[in-house]
Amino acid sequence: MKLNNIVFDKSSFAAEMAKLKNAGNFDYLVTIVGEDFGEEGLGCIYILENTDTNERVSVKMIAEKIGEDHVIPTVYNLWKSADLLEREVYDFFGIKFLGHPDMRRLYLRSDFNGYPFRKDFDADPKKNPLLLTDEPQSDYTVEYNLDSEGRLTSTPHRLFDDDDFVVNIGPQHPSTHGVLRLQTILNGETVKKIYPHFGYIHRGIEKMCESYTYPQTLALTDRMDYLSAMMNRHALCGVIEEAMGIELSDRILYIRTIMDELQRLDSHLLYIGCCAQDLGALTAFLYSMRDREHVLNCMEETTGGRLIQNYYRIGGLQDDIDVNFVANVKALCNYIKPYFQEYMDVFGNNVIMQKRFMNVGFLSKEDAVSYGVTGASGRTSGWHNDIRKNHPYALYDKVEFDEITNEMCDSYGRYLIRIEEMKQSVRIIEQLIDNIPAGDFYIKQKPIIKVPEGQWYFSCEGSRGEIGVYLDSKGDKSPYRLKFRPMGLNHVAAMDQMMRGQKVADIITAGAALDFVIPDIDR
Amino acid sequence: MFDFNIVTTWIDMFLRQTLGLGDFLSILIECILVGVGILVGYAMLAIVLIFMERKVCAYFQCRLGPMRVGPWGVFQVFADVLKMLIKEIFFVDKADKLLYLVAPFLVIVASVGTFSFLPWNNGAVVLDFNVGIFLLTAVSSIGVVGIFMAGWGSNNKYGVVSAMRGAVQLISYEMSLGLCLITAVILTGTMQVSGIVEAQTGPWNWLIFRGHIPAVIAFVVFLVAGNAEANRGPFDLAEAESELTAGYHTEYSGMGFGFYYLAEYLNLFVISGIATTVFLGGWAPVNIGIDAFDSVMNYIPGIVWFLGKAFAVVWLLMWVRWTFPRLRIDQILTLEWKYLMPLCLLNLVLMTIIVAFGWHF
Repeated sequence: MKLNNIVFDKSSFAAEMAKLKNAGNFDYLVTIVGEDFGEEGLGCIYILENTDTNERVSVKMIAEKIGEDHVIPTVYNLWKSADLLEREVYDFFGIKFLGHPDMRRLYLRSDFNGYPFRKDFDADPKKNPLLLTDEPQSDYTVEYNLDSEGRLTSTPHRLFDDDDFVVNIGPQHPSTHGVLRLQTILNGETVKKIYPHFGYIHRGIEKMCESYTYPQTLALTDRMDYLSAMMNRHALCGVIEEAMGIELSDRILYIRTIMDELQRLDSHLLYIGCCAQDLGALTAFLYSMRDREHVLNCMEETTGGRLIQNYYRIGGLQDDIDVNFVANVKALCNYIKPYFQEYMDVFGNNVIMQKRFMNVGFLSKEDAVSYGVTGASGRTSGWHNDIRKNHPYALYDKVEFDEITNEMCDSYGRYLIRIEEMKQSVRIIEQLIDNIPAGDFYIKQKPIIKVPEGQWYFSCEGSRGEIGVYLDSKGDKSPYRLKFRPMGLNHVAAMDQMMRGQKVADIITAGAALDFVIPDIDR
Repeated sequence: MFDFNIVTTWIDMFLRQTLGLGDFLSILIECILVGVGILVGYAMLAIVLIFMERKVCAYFQCRLGPMRVGPWGVFQVFADVLKMLIKEIFFVDKADKLLYLVAPFLVIVASVGTFSFLPWNNGAVVLDFNVGIFLLTAVSSIGVVGIFMAGWGSNNKYGVVSAMRGAVQLISYEMSLGLCLITAVILTGTMQVSGIVEAQTGPWNWLIFRGHIPAVIAFVVFLVAGNAEANRGPFDLAEAESELTAGYHTEYSGMGFGFYYLAEYLNLFVISGIATTVFLGGWAPVNIGIDAFDSVMNYIPGIVWFLGKAFAVVWLLMWVRWTFPRLRIDQILTLEWKYLMPLCLLNLVLMTIIVAFGWHF
C-alpha cells in the first residue's frame, strides 16, 4: 500500500497515538520504521493496523532536536512490541525515546561509535575497527526523559541484582535456532526474567540495500529467513512492483502462490521436526525431515536451490517452471497427505509432549496483538492475522482455504495450527497445480529499474508471521530506505512475559513452538 | 546346567597345588585375573552397546546408521574409541581441579562396581555377598556424587543446573529402584545375587511368573526407575542436550568425557542385567515343565541366556529412549514422589501379604 502519512504535532503526539489505539482500535503496531528524512531530520514512521477492520494507517513523526539529541515520546506504554522496535531505531538512528525504560542498543555492540543509518554516518573503518575484545556489559540500562525545563535527563535502571543467577542461553546453544542470546535470570529452575540480545548475525542488510540497485537487493532476501526465502522475496518484489505499477500475468501469480505454499510446507515440516528435537525426540525429528526432502526436491527442480531460493524477480520469475514440476508437485501432495496423521501419532499425541507443551508459553489474545506476534504463533491466541486473508496478494483471494485459528494460547495450540496449516497449503496447491495458465513468466523490465517517488509498504504471510517491506524511493535506481519487518523479533520480544515463572526447560519448548529464525531477526 | 565353579576351582587348584603358591599370591593372581576379566568385559560390552544403540536408533529413524567403516559399519565404534583415547584433555579455567578430575572416576567406579555384581552364569558371580542387593544399590549411588561433582566443579552454569537436576533425579529414583528390588527379595527370601537366581531355576520359576501381579508391577516400575537412574531418555534431564548443551559433562573432553559415555551405556546394561537377574531368572533357562523341552533348553549355556535376556531388556529401553520426548524436572519429580513411590510401597505391602499367605506360585 502507498503510505499516506498522518502527521501529528510534536506536543500532542503521545496523546494522539493513544487516541488512535484506544478510540480508533489500532491495536496492532505493525512496525516502526526509523528514517533519516534528510532536510526534515530524523524521524519514524509507525504503521498501525486495526485488528477488526484490518485497515492500516501510517503516522509520521519527526524527532525533536534537543541540543545534539533527537527525541520522540515512546509508545511503549501503548504497544508492547514498541519495546524492541524503538530500541532498534535508537540503535540505528540514535533517536532517544522519552520514557522508554530500557534504551540500550539492540543489534550493534554497546561500544559502537555513531548511528549507521543516518545519511551522514561516516563508515570509515578507523572509527569502528574490528574489535577482538569482549563486548562491554553493563548491569545498568538507562531511561531518558525531559525535565520541566525541557532538558534531557537520564535515569539509570538496574538490570540484575547482586544475587541473581544469570544464565546465558546462547549465543552458542543447540536450541536457540541460530545465534540468539537469552540472558536469563533463574531462581533455581524457574525463570525470573529474560533479556534477549540480538545482532550476532547482523549483516546490515537494510543498509546494504541503500547502496544497491533494486535487482541487487533481491539477492539478500533469502539470507534473512532461510525458511521463508520465497515469501521474503515475494514481499520485496511485491513492494517494488506495486510502486512501479507492474501488472503481472496470471501464470506468474499461479506459480508464485504455489511456490509460497511449498515453502510454507517446507518450513512447517522443519518446525514440527524442531519441536520434537528440542524435546529430545530425535525420531520424530527425522520423520519430518524425511518428508521435507520431497518438498525440497520439488522446489529444487525449478529453482535450482534447496535452502537459498532465488526465484522471483521484479516483474516475474527467473525462469519458467520445470517440465516435470506439475507432475512432481501432484505426486508430493499425494505422498504427504497421509503423513500429517503420522506426525501426530509419533509426537503430537504423545502424552509427554502434551504435558510439555500445554499451558507453556501462554499468550493471551490481547498480548499477542500488543506484542505483534503474527503468524501461526499469534493465531493460536484467536487473533485472525493471516495476511493472505486480510490483505490478499497473488492469488490468495481466488483460492479456497481456511485461516486456522484456535483459542489455546499455548505451545500446543501453535503446534496444532502448523499441522492444520500444512493441510491447507496442500489444499491451495491442489487447487492451482492443474490450472497453471499459459503466458509469460516474466514481464520485461527496463535494464535500469527506477521506482517512482513515494513510500510503500507491502507484506506477505511468511512461514512464521507477517514479512513486510517498507520502501521509500526518491526516484533513484536504489532505494532511499528499505526496511524489512522481521517476523521473529516480536516473537522473541513476547518471550519474557510468556516465560516468567515457568521452568528453564520451557524456554526451549516455548521457543521451538514460537518458531523464530535468527537471521530473520538480525537481518 | 554347566557350573562355572569347575573352571574357577581348577584355576585355584592349579595355582595352589601345581605351582605351589601360598594363600596371598594365589588370591592376588586370582583377583587380578578377575579384575582384568571384568574390565575387558566392560569395555567390550560398551563397544557392543554403543554400536547397538547407533544401529537401533538409526532403524527407528528410517536411517541406516554408520555404514562406512568396515562392513555394515562395525568398526565405527572402534574408530570412535581410538579418537576418544587420543584426544587432548584440557582444563577449564577456574574449575575446581580436584572435583573436576575425580568426578569421572567416581562415575566409572560406580558403574564398574555394580557391573561386578551381575551373575553371568551358574557359579560365575564375581561379588556374591549375603547382602548383595543392598550393596549393589549402595555402590550404584556413588555415581550421583560423581555427577554432582562434575557439574559443580567444572565452573559452568549449565553444569550447575544439570548437577542439581542429576542429583535430585537420581536420589529420588533410587527410592523406587530399591523398593522394587526389596519386593523381589521378599519373594526369594535372600539378598544374595546367586541365591536369587538359584531360586528362579526350574519350570515357571522366574520371579515375574511366580510373583504374578506385584512382580509385574515391580518389574515395570523398576524399568522406569532404572531408565531414570541410567540418565537415559525420556529421563535424560541432567544431560538434556537441547537445554543444557551437555549438562554436567559439557566441559569434559577426551577420556574424561569418554568415562561418562562408557558409564552411560554400561549403566544401561547394568540396569537391564539387574532386571534380568531379579525378575527374569538371570542365567536360568526357559523351563516349562516338559522334560524334553527343558533338557534341550538346559543345554544352552547360562551366559547365553543371561546376555540374551539382558539385551532384550536393553533393546526395550532403547525403544523407549528413541520414542519419547524428554520430561521436565518438575514432571519427573511428580512422577516419582506422587506415583511411583506410593505405588512401590503399596506393591511392597501387596507382595508381603501374598508371600505371607502363600498366594504365589
